[in-house]
Amino acid sequence: MADFEVPPLADDIDTAAPPALAPNAMAHLKTFPAAPAHNEALGFPGQLVENWQERAIEKMGELLEKYRSLRVYLDSCVKCGACADKCHYFLGTGDPKNMPVARQDLLRSVYRYYFTPAGKLLGRLAGARKLTEAVLQEWYTYYHQCSQCRRCSVFCPYGIDTAEISMAAREIMDHIGLGQKYSNEIIGKVHKIGNNLGLPEPALANTLEGLEEDVLDATGVNVKFPLNVKGAEVLLVTPSADFFAEPHVDGLIGYAKVFHQAGVSWTLSSHASEAANFAMFIGSYDQMHKVANRIRQAAIDLGVKRIVFGECGHAWRVAYSFLNTLAGPWDFLDPRYPRPQHILEFTHDLMMRGGIRFDKDANAGMVVTMHDSCNVARASGMGDRPGGQFVIPREVIKACVPKFVDMHPDTIHEKTFCCGGGGGLLTDDLMELRVKGAKPRMDALKQVVERDGVTNMVAICAICKSQFTKVMPKYGFDMGMVTSLHQLVSRAIRLGPGA
Amino acid sequence: MSQLSLTMAVVLVLAAAILVVGMARKIWLYAVTPAPLRIPTTPAPFTRTGAAFRVGREVMLFESLFKADKLLWVFSVLFHLGLLLVLVRHLRYFLPHAPEALVLIQPFGKLGGIAMVVGLLGLLARRVILPRIRYITSATDIGTLLLLIAIGASGLTMTYFIHTDIMGLKAFLASIPQFDLQPIPDDAPLVTHLLLVAGLLMITPFSKLLHMAGVFFSPTRNQCDDARTRRHVAPWARPYDQQR
Ligand code: HEM
Ligand code: SF4
Ligand code: SF4
Repeated sequence: MADFEVPPLADDIDTAAPPALAPNAMAHLKTFPAAPAHNEALGFPGQLVENWQERAIEKMGELLEKYRSLRVYLDSCVKCGACADKCHYFLGTGDPKNMPVARQDLLRSVYRYYFTPAGKLLGRLAGARKLTEAVLQEWYTYYHQCSQCRRCSVFCPYGIDTAEISMAAREIMDHIGLGQKYSNEIIGKVHKIGNNLGLPEPALANTLEGLEEDVLDATGVNVKFPLNVKGAEVLLVTPSADFFAEPHVDGLIGYAKVFHQAGVSWTLSSHASEAANFAMFIGSYDQMHKVANRIRQAAIDLGVKRIVFGECGHAWRVAYSFLNTLAGPWDFLDPRYPRPQHILEFTHDLMMRGGIRFDKDANAGMVVTMHDSCNVARASGMGDRPGGQFVIPREVIKACVPKFVDMHPDTIHEKTFCCGGGGGLLTDDLMELRVKGAKPRMDALKQVVERDGVTNMVAICAICKSQFTKVMPKYGFDMGMVTSLHQLVSRAIRLGPGA
Repeated sequence: MSQLSLTMAVVLVLAAAILVVGMARKIWLYAVTPAPLRIPTTPAPFTRTGAAFRVGREVMLFESLFKADKLLWVFSVLFHLGLLLVLVRHLRYFLPHAPEALVLIQPFGKLGGIAMVVGLLGLLARRVILPRIRYITSATDIGTLLLLIAIGASGLTMTYFIHTDIMGLKAFLASIPQFDLQPIPDDAPLVTHLLLVAGLLMITPFSKLLHMAGVFFSPTRNQCDDARTRRHVAPWARPYDQQR
């Protein structure tokens, strides 16, 4: 890994100014391109095709006809700059091409050149550019420095969503043979083995057995972790990191305890042993559809009545906003729960009905804050009213811990900052970007640590959890601060009859 | 009938035609291009009415811009609200008899003209002073602002300094559809003003001024959050349902 400086945290986030422009500060950081085999497994050309320019423009034209978002957003930007200082990657790196509007312009300039009279006529004066090798390289670099977190979209007067543009750019690049190793390799594993980690069924079964023993040892209660059980009521679909990464696995133990205490039969599926759908990151409807329909298939094969998703941000976006369209209708599910649910909806509902009870003393000494995951906060919801995705997790946390505090209001709810590792960027070859991109979140965390003595930061996304455990030590925070929400539940829940 | 009157009539009609046809084409394209996945920026309203109100707030209050940047919001509202008042005030040049309401708002229309130019100067200053904004500014961004400032300035010149023959202008405008052209008042501020406006109308469908249409079609704002209860399969995505 190349050397880089970890940016110093702000003394006071209320007065901190956006960074000075540092042109091309991140131009050197390119994520590893995919090997031919990884591209071909997804039906893309193995490597850069001969007539890539022509094919790229063709694909752009096709996407313009398929996606209203792209068409409207490429036309409508007035360059007001309201979004410019809203992106964590710009705030952490100072590279002007990481300002959302500038990131969009990398594609927009090419759109203008090939698809608009103004661009054809005025060329550079109208910000139009030919698609050259250098432009393509810029796309590859900076569209892989966008975590598709949509924070820019919240502040844009037209809601222009840079995530839509970077998805389109990645889709174009995949179609000319310039895919990203990290995402494409992982999607291939999902097709072949069933999950991002490439964990085959026997290994998964083993892991789950081990967890059963651990929980039995720790609590004396025989909490089950069932796999491929036909006729179970609930199918749990969770990110595969939950099977062994820390602190993810403590969350999985929490879900199992909740199901146990609720007396609901449940199962995992080896066919759909992954909630993540990285196809969203590469903007491929086709791949996203394939990955999503594994879950439909697993639910039908196992004959379950409900589908519940574990803690994962983009997976919940796909589940909440896209799954009905991609893999619905859900007419075979229990009509009382006619759509995939979030584990927090399940737990919260049970808690409100008195079906589970918590003992806050189990989490004594904790002062907890919450990092809203971007895809949960800005691209999905929970419960039966808008904004439930902010209320429901906090209510569950507050029931489990003695003290909860929120971070700075400009960094939570729909204004939350990305962890710095979303959107297919959670790879070691982008470590510099990940560390720098985490700065805005770390600034806000520092404030509550110093002011309120915060000990734990809860996340409800596998990517956030992995990212934070890796980058927080660089800012002097203990990686043990990163906590799964259901880890708190797991510690506080009262198990056994009469609990 | 003078050469000038004829030229001006042709230019204005051409500009109006380009505006109408160009915008209609773009709006048509926006409307027929599918939005295959639900992507409202959440929390979003659950109902279509709620989403319509959300777009309404963006158009009338610049709600998101207010969240983003208060100073920019002030300049932007000064300019756009000023422009709106000016446009309403201009209606009386096209109507044979101005309704009473239109007469009543005339003073506000004059204020609007000033607000508009002040707002535009603020927007221009941002582009020159702030390094971030300078970085994303291209020649056409400056050009658009200068054009609008020139329109505002030439208009204010007529309002406050060199009054033009309004009755003559009305007669000229009214005569265009009749193909019986009355002479246009021959004074420099008016001709300049009209030529600049014609220029503005002509570039609108091909420039960032498309935002006035785009704002109504932005999926992150105009979609309601109903994907959990309704499927939204785009026509081009329908064959996928058969593949599983
Ligand atoms: C539905 C109607 C409209 C809405 C909702 C709207 C909204 C906005 C917003 C929110 C901005 C960004 C802030 C700013 O830079 O000022 C903007 C910019 C702009 N608008 Fe509009 N607008 C509308 C109509 C118009 C019209 C009719 C014109 C002029 C013909 C216009 C000209 C401009 C210009 C030139 C800018 C860029 C200012 C700059 O360069 O800094 N807008 N508009
Ligand atoms: S989507 Fe997020 S990462 Fe991408 S440009 Fe916008 S704010 Fe930055
Ligand atoms: S806030 Fe929206 S309109 Fe303004 S520069 Fe950014 S993307 Fe363009």
